[in-house]
Order: sequence, then C-alpha cells, then structure tokens
Amino acid sequence: MNSDKITKAVLFSVSILILLLAAGMLYSLVGGSLPAFKTFGLRFIISGEWDPTYGREKYGALPFIVGTLITSFAALLISLPLSFSTSLFLGEYFRGTRVARILGILVDLLAGIPSIVYGLWGFYVLRPLLIDLGFGGQGFGIFTASLILAIMIIPYATSLSNEIIGMVPNDLKEAAYSLGATRLEVITTVTIPAARSGIIAGYILSFGRALGETMAVTMLIGNTNLVPDSLFDTGNTMASVIANQFGEADGLKLSSLIAIGLLLFLMTGVINAIGKLIIKKMN
Amino acid sequence: MTTNTIAEVKNPILSLNDLSIAYDKNYAVKNVSVEIKKNTVTAIMGPSGCGKSTLLRALNRMHELYENITTEGEALLNGKNIYEMPAIKLRRHMGMVFQRPNPFPTMSIYDNVIAGYKLNGIRTKKVERDEIVERSLRDVALWDEVKDSLFKKGTFLSGGQQQRLCIARALAFSPEVILMDEPTSALDPIATAKIEDLLVKLKEHYTIVLVTHNMSQAARISDYSLFMYLGELVEYGKTKNMFTNPIDPRTEEYLTGKFG
Amino acid sequence: MESIDILKSQDHSSGRLLKDKLVLGAVIVLSLITISPIILIIWKLVVEGYRQISLDFLIENTPDTFEAMTAVANGELIPGGIANGIVGTLLMVILASALAIPIGILTGIYLYENQGSFMANITRDISDILQGVPSIVLGLISYLWIVKHITMGFSALAGSVSLAIMMLPMIVRSTEETLKMIPESLKEAALALGVPYHKVILRVLIPTGFSGLITGILLGISRILGETAPLMLTALGSSMINLDMTKPTSAIPLLIWEFYNDPNMVGLIWSSSLLLMAMILVLNLVSKQIVAKRR
Repeated sequence: MNSDKITKAVLFSVSILILLLAAGMLYSLVGGSLPAFKTFGLRFIISGEWDPTYGREKYGALPFIVGTLITSFAALLISLPLSFSTSLFLGEYFRGTRVARILGILVDLLAGIPSIVYGLWGFYVLRPLLIDLGFGGQGFGIFTASLILAIMIIPYATSLSNEIIGMVPNDLKEAAYSLGATRLEVITTVTIPAARSGIIAGYILSFGRALGETMAVTMLIGNTNLVPDSLFDTGNTMASVIANQFGEADGLKLSSLIAIGLLLFLMTGVINAIGKLIIKKMN
Repeated sequence: MTTNTIAEVKNPILSLNDLSIAYDKNYAVKNVSVEIKKNTVTAIMGPSGCGKSTLLRALNRMHELYENITTEGEALLNGKNIYEMPAIKLRRHMGMVFQRPNPFPTMSIYDNVIAGYKLNGIRTKKVERDEIVERSLRDVALWDEVKDSLFKKGTFLSGGQQQRLCIARALAFSPEVILMDEPTSALDPIATAKIEDLLVKLKEHYTIVLVTHNMSQAARISDYSLFMYLGELVEYGKTKNMFTNPIDPRTEEYLTGKFG
Repeated sequence: MESIDILKSQDHSSGRLLKDKLVLGAVIVLSLITISPIILIIWKLVVEGYRQISLDFLIENTPDTFEAMTAVANGELIPGGIANGIVGTLLMVILASALAIPIGILTGIYLYENQGSFMANITRDISDILQGVPSIVLGLISYLWIVKHITMGFSALAGSVSLAIMMLPMIVRSTEETLKMIPESLKEAALALGVPYHKVILRVLIPTGFSGLITGILLGISRILGETAPLMLTALGSSMINLDMTKPTSAIPLLIWEFYNDPNMVGLIWSSSLLLMAMILVLNLVSKQIVAKRR
C-alpha cells in the first residue's frame, strides 16, 4: 500500500515539473527582458529603431513584430489553397486508396525536413528562380521568406484537416447524393461545413508554427532591421533577429533580444491556445 | 421467380429486367425482374444478407459511390433506363430515405427541406421556396409541430420527427418514386406508427418502395411485396395473397419465422 | 405540381458536372504542386551531395577554411568530414533523451492514470502549449539557465537541455496516447493479483505499450536532429570532436550553418544535409515499421 502512495507521489511530482518548467521559462524571459523594458518602457514594442552603437544604443521591436506577422500571414495565405486541396485529396476524393497513402507519406516528409535544409534549398534553388522570374534584386525579402514558410507549414494544416474531413459521417454525404448532388456539391454543402472548425483550427496551428520559424526565414529574408515597405522589400522577423544578433550580445542588446523572445513566446502561446480551444470545443 | 398474381402491371412506373448486382465478382443480387406499379407501396422483405438493401440502393445508383460494385441488366423508370442517364438527373425522380434519420446538422429545418433545390442549383423565388417547404412539411404532418421553429437547426427534433423531416426533404422534389431503406427500424413504436400512417397517405401522389425486415410492417402497409432470398427474387405479388397463400416454400418458411 | 415545372425549367446538370470535374482536376494539380518541394529538395540533396559522402566524410573532422580554399581552387573535393558534428549531435541527442524520456514517460503515465483530474488537465494543456514554443526561444531559455549559470559558457549540456524541452511534450503525449490504447482489463487483472502499482507500470503497462513508446521517442529524436537555432545559442559549435558536456560542441546542423556562411566550405552543405536527411528518414521509416508491426 505504501509503495503505491510513493509511486503516486513520484508521478505527481514529475508532472509538476512541466508546470514548473513553463513557469520558470516565463519567469526567466520576463526577468531577462526587464532591463530593456525599464530603459525603453512599453514603447519598445512600437519603436522601429535598432541601433547597437555603443553609447547611444536604442532598440525597438516593431520591425521584427511586423516582419513576423507579415511573413506568417502571407505564408498562411499562400499555403491555404495548396493545403486545402491536399486535405480534400487525402480526406475525400482519394481517401483510403494507395495514391492517398503515398501522397500522405510525402506530405509527412515535408514536415520532417529541417528548417536549415529548407533555407539552403530556398537560397540556392528558389531564390535564383524568383530572380529569373523577374522579382528583381537579389531575391531576398518578405515574399521569398513567406514562400518557403508556406511550404514548411503545409503539412500541419493538411494532416489535421484531412483527418477531420475524413470523419464526416457517411450517411450525411449519402443524403446529399440521394438529392442529386454532384461530388463537389456534397463537399461544399455537407463535408466542409461539418468539418469547418477542425479546418480552421488546423490553419491557426500552422500559423502558430510559422510565427516561430527561424533558420529558413533568416536565410531568405534579407535581415534588414527596418519595417518593410512592401512585400518585396527585405526585412526581419523576431525569431530571425534573435538568431542573427545573438552572438556577442550582452547588456542592453541581450535584454532587448530576450524581450523579443518573450513577445514571441507570448504570441505563439496565445495562438496555439486558441487553436487547441477550438479543437476541444469540437470534441 | 414466382409471381403470386397475374402480374399484369400496365405501364409500370419502375421495371427491372434481369438486374444483377455484384461486389467484385460475388453476386449479391441475381437476375431480378419485377414491375412496380404506380402509386403503391411495395415492400421488399427477406432475411439479412438477401440483397434487399443492395437492390434498393442500386435503384438510385447509390452503389456507384463505392468502387467495386457493378450492375448488369436494366432498370427502367417510366421507360427510360436509369443506368443510361446522369445519376444526378435520376435522383430528382428517385428520392431516398435512410435507416437512420440524417438531417443536415449545419442547416435549419427550412434549409433541410429545400436542400435538394439548393444542391441542384435551381433558382427559386422566396415565395416559391416557402410554398415548397410548407407543402412538404404538411405532407409529412410535421408542419404544425415546426412551423414556429423553421429556422432552428433540426437537431432538437425527436428521432421520429427527424425522420419525417428527411422524408419531407425527399418529397420536396416531388420525385416519382421514393425509396426507403428500413425507415422505421431506428425509431420507437409510436414514431413508427406515425410514419406508417404517413406512407399509406403518401402513396396517393408517390410510389413507394420500402425495404423492411419487419414482416408485420409489410403486411400492414404494403400493397405489393417482394420476397428475396440469397440474392434472388423468390416471390412477388399482392401482399395479401403472399401472406395468406405463399406459393414458394421458401416464402412460407420465412413468413412463418423459420429463418430470420 | 408547381415544383415539377420549376424542375423542368432548370436543368443545370451539364454545367454542374463540368464544375465537378474541373474542381477535381484543380485539386489533383494543387496536390501535386504541394508535394513537389519534397521531391525537388531530396533530388537536389542527392545530386549535389552524394559525391562527397565517403567513409572519410564520416570519420574526419571539419577542414579549416584554408584547406578548403585550396581544394576548391584545385577543383578537388574538399577534404575532411563532419565527424565532430556527428559526434556532437549524438552526444546531445543522448543527453536530451536522458533528460526528456524519463520525465516524459512518467508524466504521460500520470496523465493516463488521472484522466479528468484538474491537475492532469492543466499539465496536459501546458505540455501542449510548450510544444508550440519556437525552438529559438527554447535556446534562449537554455542560454539563460545553463550557459549563464551552470556551465558558465556555451556547452553541450545547454544544447541538450533546449533539445530536451523540445522532445518532452512529444513524449508526454505519445505515452499517454499509447497507454490509453491498452485495454483496462490488463491493468485491472494485474492489480487484482495484488501487484504493487509501480510494478504494474514497469512490468505490465510499459512492456505492453513498448512499441508505442518507442515510436514516440524515435519521432521526438527525428524532430530534434535537424534543429539549428537553439544550438546556435547554446552549444555554439567546435572544430574538434568533443565529449565533455560542459564544453561547446558541434552538431550536424551547426556545421551546415557554418559551411553555408563560409564561401570556401560551401561545397560541403549538400552532403551534410543529405546525411542529416538520411538519418531523419531512417528514424521515420523505423517508427512507421514499428507501428505497422503492431497492427
């Protein structure tokens, strides 16, 4: 009996670790960013200056926040038609067939490619392609980064949507068919409305992933610490600037980077929480 | 196949000639030939696995949704072969009601009834739509019960009401034939009775083909009956005659409960 | 009846069937476009990288930039290899696993045993949120905790900690899911025989769910193999093989990043990436096999 109590206690304390971990992370991030917030106040979030010159250091997170949001939104938009079609392919049109199994494996593989490999391919293959197609300059910029980001997040939305679409009950679809609907009509009037929340949750989660991607973005975005003018301008993101500027950063600069890390942590936390909430509501 | 009556159905609305249905190479329905009379209720009975549902679903070509099912022979609706026209056209004339009520959960009651029109892209004026919805719901004796909640989703309705809603949905097109696949087997006795009454009234304007595993239901409401066994049509005729004087020994065994 | 007239006057069948076919076509085309990157990427890696792969590649350390420059100038293959990276990756993966596996499995067991409890639900939610934290932020955390306070400098340990935090939620989730699939009756039978709880866990639950647990671990490892960003802030990199976890260490993705940034060493990026992808693919295939064998 006693050993059972011990076992239960051990299990309980181990899982408390996770809570402590999360709390500790928040604590450290906040603590580390305090110097920056003390110096710049909350204006840090909307300031566009980034000047590491000793003696007149001034840092602001705005360019990176904007860069992160623009690239992630653009990536979501670009990936939408692709991942939606693929979910329909796997979950509805070719469900259960060999082709779907193979395609499904290939889509899963997309998720397995490390960010840095995407970055390499983006740099050496995609970029020259875009230059050839006329996207001027060196091919770096928000657009290129969004493009590679779109490819990277496709598997996340696809696998969730595909599962949900496949779970739409057969008898609802049969009812629509019996009324003379074409396959497309069954999909638009029955399947998609029934799967709607799952599909949306999938996109929210893939948006969350896009927010935090570092390597591929940093290799393609141009790394200019300014708010971008246009989709084809260069820029930077929160994750990317942390990776770039971290070496030998200390004092105020380090604190500013940690502050950006805190903002990123909060952003992704909120987005993921919303996505999971929607999924919970569905079940 | 034995016919229990001089089955001279003049101008049958539906006639099956040597219809066979196979899953891969296994025949679930073999050489069925029968003529269905207009404005009647025809019951298809038989033990589990005899092919009755398979046969029914082949009549509005639902079997085509699944890869490996093939048909041989022909089925004529008002003289036209149903396998030689676009399925989506056929289904306007051949409605279906399923075993478990399946109203569309994301649509209101109103939208459920009119769903067929929307799906087929038929443009209607609001006045026409209102008329169709009211007529269909009245036809299934549901109008008074739901007329004040037409725009609510149908999920709050009881099982019996949901099934009547599905019938209304199928009726909205005024299809010539309504196929029903064990429509009351998921319902309680009271709901079942209501629907059985409904079917007897409906045959005035529609032709109903009904698969049922409940012999007494067939006896109660059908005018003609088909008895199927192991994929074959064993006997067909006026229900009264079949039940009191079955010709084929297998029919008699089924009716007396020797196998279920 | 009026409805028949309405029906007769509007038959859009051919239009609708055409739309149906067109959309199907679009879906197929877009799906093919979706998978094209993976084919193109692997193609590029193989075509550009296979030449460099050899035994030497696997057992020698990275050349210095001078050697590389000379080789490139002479049109030869760059000498050396990525042994320091391979060893570093293995070291950190092992350390990360040592940290994440016990905690992850025990937490997963806790969640399984306490379905519906408030604590368990919060733990599960936090674990899920943790899974969404960007790896660079984890690197930041590990920097603040380990580099700054424990190893007083960049180290393999710091790298491992960031990787461990990444793996942890995945193992928690897969453990809970695996255990949930074991029939209750098995556990009850053991308990009914008077077996103490911890033995039920060790002797019944874990062995039964073993393949599921392993799959979760393998997938976790394949996820962290390719991570670069957190290591940039923690392990830093090294040109030598390093087995001291308190010192900076190399890793395959870190080397790829270094090669990418050095014009002389750029030639090595494809073969290193090819090796990395091969490792990830093998792990994925093995876990899929394990899942398949269970069926």
